[in-house]
Amino acid sequence: MTQLALVIDLNVCVGCHACVTSCKEWNTSGTAGYLTDERPYGEDPTGTFFNRVQTFEVGEFPHTETVHFPKSCLHCEDPPCVPVCPTGASYKRYQDGIVLVDYDKCIGCKYCSWACPYGMREVDEHQKVMKKCTLCVDRVYDENLPPAERKPACVMACPTNARLFGDVHDPDSEVSVAIREQGGYPLMPEWGTKPANHYLPRRKTRVTIHEDELIRADNPLKKERREPRPDISEPSLDDVTSW
Amino acid sequence: MNPAFSVIFLTTLSGVGQGLFLSLFTGQVYSTINLLPAQHPVHFYALGSLLALVFLASALLASFFHLGRPERGWRAAARWRTSWLSREVIVLPAFMGAVFVYGALFYLGWNIPLLTIGSDVVISLTLVVGAVTAVLCFALFICTGMIYACIKFFQEWATPLTVVNYLLLGTASGFTLATAFSAYNAPALVDFFGAWAIILTIAALITRTASLVRNSRIEYKSSVQTAIGVRHSKVVQKSQGFMGGSFNTREFFHHKSEGFLALVKWTFLVLVFPLPILFLAVGLSAGHDSLLVIAFVSQYLGLLAERWFFFAQANHPQNLYYQTV
Repeated sequence: MTQLALVIDLNVCVGCHACVTSCKEWNTSGTAGYLTDERPYGEDPTGTFFNRVQTFEVGEFPHTETVHFPKSCLHCEDPPCVPVCPTGASYKRYQDGIVLVDYDKCIGCKYCSWACPYGMREVDEHQKVMKKCTLCVDRVYDENLPPAERKPACVMACPTNARLFGDVHDPDSEVSVAIREQGGYPLMPEWGTKPANHYLPRRKTRVTIHEDELIRADNPLKKERREPRPDISEPSLDDVTSW
Repeated sequence: MNPAFSVIFLTTLSGVGQGLFLSLFTGQVYSTINLLPAQHPVHFYALGSLLALVFLASALLASFFHLGRPERGWRAAARWRTSWLSREVIVLPAFMGAVFVYGALFYLGWNIPLLTIGSDVVISLTLVVGAVTAVLCFALFICTGMIYACIKFFQEWATPLTVVNYLLLGTASGFTLATAFSAYNAPALVDFFGAWAIILTIAALITRTASLVRNSRIEYKSSVQTAIGVRHSKVVQKSQGFMGGSFNTREFFHHKSEGFLALVKWTFLVLVFPLPILFLAVGLSAGHDSLLVIAFVSQYLGLLAERWFFFAQANHPQNLYYQTV
């Protein structure tokens, strides 16, 4: 089975919000209708977004670290928002695991948003229906687009390539390899929702150098000089030592 | 949660209507086995059913105000296999229809005796219809309670106490209304309903207090650490990604102070439990019918506060993502 998902590398994300604006631009222009913006230039603007970038500070000054955290629907493999929907408007696609809302069936009761621990669903105040990330289902299957562009808008926009897109059920896909080899983890595993989207942790690259690697242990007189070059005719252990 | 008044009215009004029907049916069962005098079919049973229907219809009307697209409300009956909300959408109109039939049978005088047990116990058509209606009534209590209890993310709600509280608070308010109603339409049953109203109110006080104690000791499963997956004892949100509000900041937090919450809590603890018991006790012993009405009004107003507090107290893990603008 296929489970399309995003893998978001927190080590690379710089918090530029390009994915947020790109997502909004694509999804407000689509066939499913606009994404509401109320009072965009007023005192109290509000609107519906599928994707947000948040910022967290880890640690206490001066030992702090800033983590930019992009947040969108995780397309859970066991999505708690789907069974609670009274109309069946909320559903998970069998063929690729994308969790979608049928905007023509949704009655706007907001019950599914209560059943999402991540707060990934947002009501559209104009259309009065629940909206959520579609994983750009209208991009990834669009054969009018060049194959390289059949990816979610947020993935296309990311300038640091912090967002990877692919099938997490295919063990050899880019996303599966990234999760496996770089410690990808799901959010709030305590609820058993099995999110398909994974996050790659912040990583520090450290090289351990021992003291005897800086000072040659086999040089008792502490005299630094080039080793005498053995004669070409002398016997050697192998090619490496016969410089 | 940010309490929605549509849902507060839906659950409280429906509880009163259900409790009132159960009291009518309880009275009928007792009079069938000759423990209570029989009552007037129109003045007591038909009018009582009508009163219950008025409360239930108001509840149904209130529920539509919760929907963004009420014209599609009929679709909500589709997923009864998985969704408690869908089950409630089916059971509420079914129960209303059954109450209507129950009242109409009494009004039209179609109370056909079906079976006679012994010499004087007559199982009539209305008793059978009433029994079916009572089953639907309990099913509706379970559906309403489970809508909240089944969502594990609201740890304040995810307990059997939620269902028990909906059942006991609904029946208590219904029996209190039945006491006031019977004072005018069936004086012989006032003491019977009054005693049950007091018993149910005390039972509801015990279970509601139990849930308050439970909720004050809750340890939340999620933390900001599990929310973003960073293992450090000190993680602070610096930005939620937008400065204006969003659905997430409006729907999941009540935007009131802790002091206001405590005020509402003590308001409902006084209005729902001790005051109605006092009014009922004094009204029953002194024979003041108006005190019985006051008892119901006090309990209903208290239940509005109780339901507001029920929603406001529930803390959703998504709030971990929306702590700082």
